[in-house]
Amino acid sequence: MKKGRHLRHGRGAITPYLFILPWLFGFLAFTFGPMLFSLVISFFDWPVVGEVSFVGVDNYVTMFTDDPLFWTSLWITVKFALLFVPLNMLIALMLALLLNQKVRLTGLFRSVFYLPSVISLVSLSMIWAWVYHGEFGILNYALSLIGIEGPDWLNDESWAMVAMVLASLWGQGSMVLIFLAGLKSIPTELYEAAAIDGAGAVRTFFRITLPLLSPTILFNLITTIISAFQTLVLAMTLTGGGPLQSTYFYAMYAYDNAFKYFKMGYSAANSWFMFLIILTLTLLVFKSSALWVFYESEVKKEEAA
Amino acid sequence: MKKWLVYSLLILFSLLFLAPFYWMVITALKPPEEVVTYPPQWFPSKLNWSNFVEGWQKQPFTTYLINSTIVTLLATLGALISSSLVAYGFARFRFRGREFLFMVLLATMMIPWEVTMIPLYMEFNWLGWINTLKPLIVPAWFGAPFYIFLLRQFILTIPRELDDAARIDGASSFQIYFRIILPLCTPALILVAVFQMLACWNDYLGPLIFLNDMSTYTLTLGLGQFMGARDAVDTSSLMAVTVLISLPPMLIFFFAQRYIVENLTGAGLK
Repeated sequence: MKKGRHLRHGRGAITPYLFILPWLFGFLAFTFGPMLFSLVISFFDWPVVGEVSFVGVDNYVTMFTDDPLFWTSLWITVKFALLFVPLNMLIALMLALLLNQKVRLTGLFRSVFYLPSVISLVSLSMIWAWVYHGEFGILNYALSLIGIEGPDWLNDESWAMVAMVLASLWGQGSMVLIFLAGLKSIPTELYEAAAIDGAGAVRTFFRITLPLLSPTILFNLITTIISAFQTLVLAMTLTGGGPLQSTYFYAMYAYDNAFKYFKMGYSAANSWFMFLIILTLTLLVFKSSALWVFYESEVKKEEAA
Repeated sequence: MKKWLVYSLLILFSLLFLAPFYWMVITALKPPEEVVTYPPQWFPSKLNWSNFVEGWQKQPFTTYLINSTIVTLLATLGALISSSLVAYGFARFRFRGREFLFMVLLATMMIPWEVTMIPLYMEFNWLGWINTLKPLIVPAWFGAPFYIFLLRQFILTIPRELDDAARIDGASSFQIYFRIILPLCTPALILVAVFQMLACWNDYLGPLIFLNDMSTYTLTLGLGQFMGARDAVDTSSLMAVTVLISLPPMLIFFFAQRYIVENLTGAGLK
């Protein structure tokens, strides 16, 4: 009864709209409006100063057929994603598994793994540029202790990308926390039952932990893919896109087109293409998830049957 | 798994995660001539605290600090007020278009910043806001989808009977929001404040795009520019400034980690 009265009070009145008005306005002014505008200008030749002219799909055509830098930067970004996404998932999952063991001080270890992600990417670059220093850096010193002569990381075309991946891995603590929460939500009875049935650790991991963690894996996978494809600040500050454009990421290419060469329309086209890539990848991962993501409600259904 | 193995691995990884921090702090404290030695020295012969003063004075970092503080405080205040109002609206009322609008809100979390970057620059340019702190503050006063979502989930766990009792006593919707919902939301509000403070303090791209004049720089942007000249600046000063700029987010994290760990993980998945 109470609920009904409350609903009548709310329905049709203007009050609820007043409460959500700040977001409605912000959405139109700072998200939806700019998005539409960005789509529009991607069909124009739009310099910051000077004549604006409609060019149809020219920007998109130029991008694919007449701009080698587009393909270079796209390939660099894909290469980074291919290295970073699996490594990041594996390391975060492994750390979460370790933190999920019944040992002391897990709170402390958890804070240690999360700490790098609370500082800015610029600070992170600062620290790593010094860690990677070819002559006085601590990384090459550590490598020399085990008999390896390290490269001049940030000035070496083939190693700068690896340096980007390593530094990115360091700042990904929140993924560990999300995996850990997923692990903690797996009912302990399942593990007990597996132990009674005599299942070993490996079997338990593949038959119980992984399937029940798959929704979390899906979430983290999508977040990691999106962040990998948008890598910008770290590349700007750590390698500056170099040496010889070996870490010239796609986002940097789009940024430079807008704010260095002032080709706003062309850059908007670049950005929309990246948006489409991210959207497609997200959809593909979602589609594929029917095959490998396992929801607990389905288990219950099976148990009931 | 064997306990000793778990401990060894956890300690090993912790050392790997902490080593760069140690390297930063120890470099910041070394006398400059000890920075460029090989093999590196793990402990400096003396602690050279003057690096902090010298590093800080190489750029107008005090101005940057004031700008960063203004942006962080005002944008956080704005995010708290606006996001909680909107969250209350979505959680406690039924209205035409609610489900649709909430779906739109969730969808906007997935839009990459690249797509809105150029038009936002043009919009703020048109408003005459370039080279002011406004582009970094004003949008925060119009609600952020992630915070709205987080607060809405939290408000849904507050019993509706409390609202109804207050309404019978003659309280208006706004009074219910202000007197009942807001105080009960404190843990979620702290989480939003922490996320927003970290995001504002650490933001590089926003200041980079919207600020050209050094008098308007924030600390993170200032550090980035300082770094651009890293060959000309001695490493111990660079590291000293990096330590100083990284301290506030670390302190925030230490004081609020309970809220982060408990809520971030839960909210991310639902």
